Amino acid sequence: MSAGNIHSEELKPLRRNRVYWAVADGWVLAKRNLVQIPRIPELLVFAIIQPVMFVLLFRYVFGGAIDVGGESYVNFLMAGIFVQTVAFGSVSTGIGLAEDLQKGLVDRFRSLPMAPSAVLTGRTVADLVRNLAVVIVMLLVGLLVGFRPEAGVAGWAATIGLLLLLSFAFSWIGAVVALLIRSVEAVQSAGFIWLFPLTFASSAFVQTDNMPDVLRAFANHQPITQVVDAVRGFLLDQPEGNHGWIALAWCLGILIICVPLAVSLYRGVATR
Amino acid sequence: MANGNPAILAEGLEKSYGKTRALDGLSLSVEEGTVLGVLGPNGAGKTTAVRILTTLLKPDAGRAEVAGLDVLKQADQLRSRIGLTGQYAAVDEYLTGRENLEMVGRLYHLPKKLARKRADELLERFDLTDAASRLAKTYSGGMRRRLDLAASLVLAPPVLFLDEPTTGLDPRSRLSMWEIIGELVSGGTTLLLTTQYLDEADRLANRIAVVDRGTVIAEGTSDDLKARVGGERLEITVSEGSDLAAAARILEAHTHSDVRIDEGRRQTGATVEGGARLISSVVRDLNEADVGIDDLGLHRPTLDDVFLALTGHAAEESEGKSSDNHQQEVA
Ligand SMILES: Nc1ncnc2c1ncn2[C@@H]1O[C@H](COP(=O)(O)OP(=O)(O)OP(=O)(O)O)[C@@H](O)[C@H]1O
Ligand SMILES: [Mg+2]
Repeated sequence: MSAGNIHSEELKPLRRNRVYWAVADGWVLAKRNLVQIPRIPELLVFAIIQPVMFVLLFRYVFGGAIDVGGESYVNFLMAGIFVQTVAFGSVSTGIGLAEDLQKGLVDRFRSLPMAPSAVLTGRTVADLVRNLAVVIVMLLVGLLVGFRPEAGVAGWAATIGLLLLLSFAFSWIGAVVALLIRSVEAVQSAGFIWLFPLTFASSAFVQTDNMPDVLRAFANHQPITQVVDAVRGFLLDQPEGNHGWIALAWCLGILIICVPLAVSLYRGVATR
Repeated sequence: MANGNPAILAEGLEKSYGKTRALDGLSLSVEEGTVLGVLGPNGAGKTTAVRILTTLLKPDAGRAEVAGLDVLKQADQLRSRIGLTGQYAAVDEYLTGRENLEMVGRLYHLPKKLARKRADELLERFDLTDAASRLAKTYSGGMRRRLDLAASLVLAPPVLFLDEPTTGLDPRSRLSMWEIIGELVSGGTTLLLTTQYLDEADRLANRIAVVDRGTVIAEGTSDDLKARVGGERLEITVSEGSDLAAAARILEAHTHSDVRIDEGRRQTGATVEGGARLISSVVRDLNEADVGIDDLGLHRPTLDDVFLALTGHAAEESEGKSSDNHQQEVA
């Protein structure tokens, strides 16, 4: 064969410790997922159209009928939209992973000497970047329809930080769901089954005060409400009480449970 | 590694999915530098065996060693010694051919530059250079298989597993796949290859293990197996009005074996040795005796013949036979 071929003795893998490879392999796969985003533009377009529809729907159809106290409804709404956008992003995480499982790519990955967590971290980190992009688009849409945030630098930093953390935490839930049910279609449906109650029975679009007792108790104590209230406080420069800390605790708690769970499910997953 | 141990060794592997016994005490052994063809019908347990040997699946019982490493206890080390090309091409459709190979190189922990260089080298070797910058989803089935095979060769592994590498390929792609595999083997790679085709095992493998219902029912060289099946058959169909009996006599004179006659289909056939040379003299004698022929051909024993000879049932029956064996096809 042609000159300059690599001799097999030269094909020496690098030697580093486990932590190094968990990061490096995760990064290789994150890049793989990121370069694919512009190659499947329809996915990104739908990821953007859906929250835009929610903005228009709530701003112009329901908004007039929803009382949120002193604040203008669009100012109230946008925190909910950001959080919902990021939470729904976890469905894409699950779908991407289920596709890799169905197409046998996970078999290829599992036959390689790579860090077993990398398929999951690569996916969740790439989804973090994608979610951030979608949130920025939503911010622009919000500004167009009258959203007037009052956050300072610290408020924006806290908002972005918390949204990214939520995105990451929920992506890992999406990963656990995908590893449990493994079919792309089922992952898609399942995602909406747990996300709809979580996002709508929350303070994302309405004040929870007017909900019936049981529902209000649920709404006030679930993570989405905590994150929405915190983000709303940051954006509108209002006191957010301890919602920020509770939201942070929720996200970290989800990660502490879901990361090891997903990694162990991944290790045990027997495709086909 | 040349310590006389087999490169692949499996002993009493068992694996059940619910009531389906996918593997039922499967044992096999492959000498270093040789090729074992694992031949079996749908559902025989070929893929299950390959998945266990490549660390993807844990057996319920039994043990296996590959390249001197235990597939359960030393799975991590083993993964950099083996290459696997699964039954369904595991390429990322939304990456280009080159990106696919580079990614695999990086995940084998090659330095970036080397991963790139190795990708280019493999693309050239597998005739994919022109398509290297195209997304894999635009590739034909044959190209995907080649890319998938290339991915399993990134680290030039000493032991390679190919699960039905040519199923679904057209004759030309299949032939080029055979050539590539032949080259690998002549380079000293130990290969375990599963297939449903006797001719493929015959062409590529030193030894063949016939698997049925999760266990090896026969093992040997392809000559051993053919001897049990009865070798090649020469089948002659005479044209209408021609003398079938004369044709049968000529065939008998050349083969000295039992000649079968089928009046209705104007066919006669016998087990033969000597292939092409024999055909030309049979044809010459048929012409001299003025026997018109519609068709004449050598029929190599098929998987079905092997199964009939070994088990007394045809290959397709094997999975349906046990009534509790529910097929669970995954798309
Ligand atoms: N994940 C699974 N869940 C349930 N049953 C399975 C699973 N994988 C395999 N089986 C069953 O185990 C048996 C052996 O399957 P296997 O895939 O190993 O066969 P095979 O020889 O590779 O067949 P084919 O030629 O169709 O690829 C079959 O009856 C199959 O239905
Ligand atoms: Mg198979």
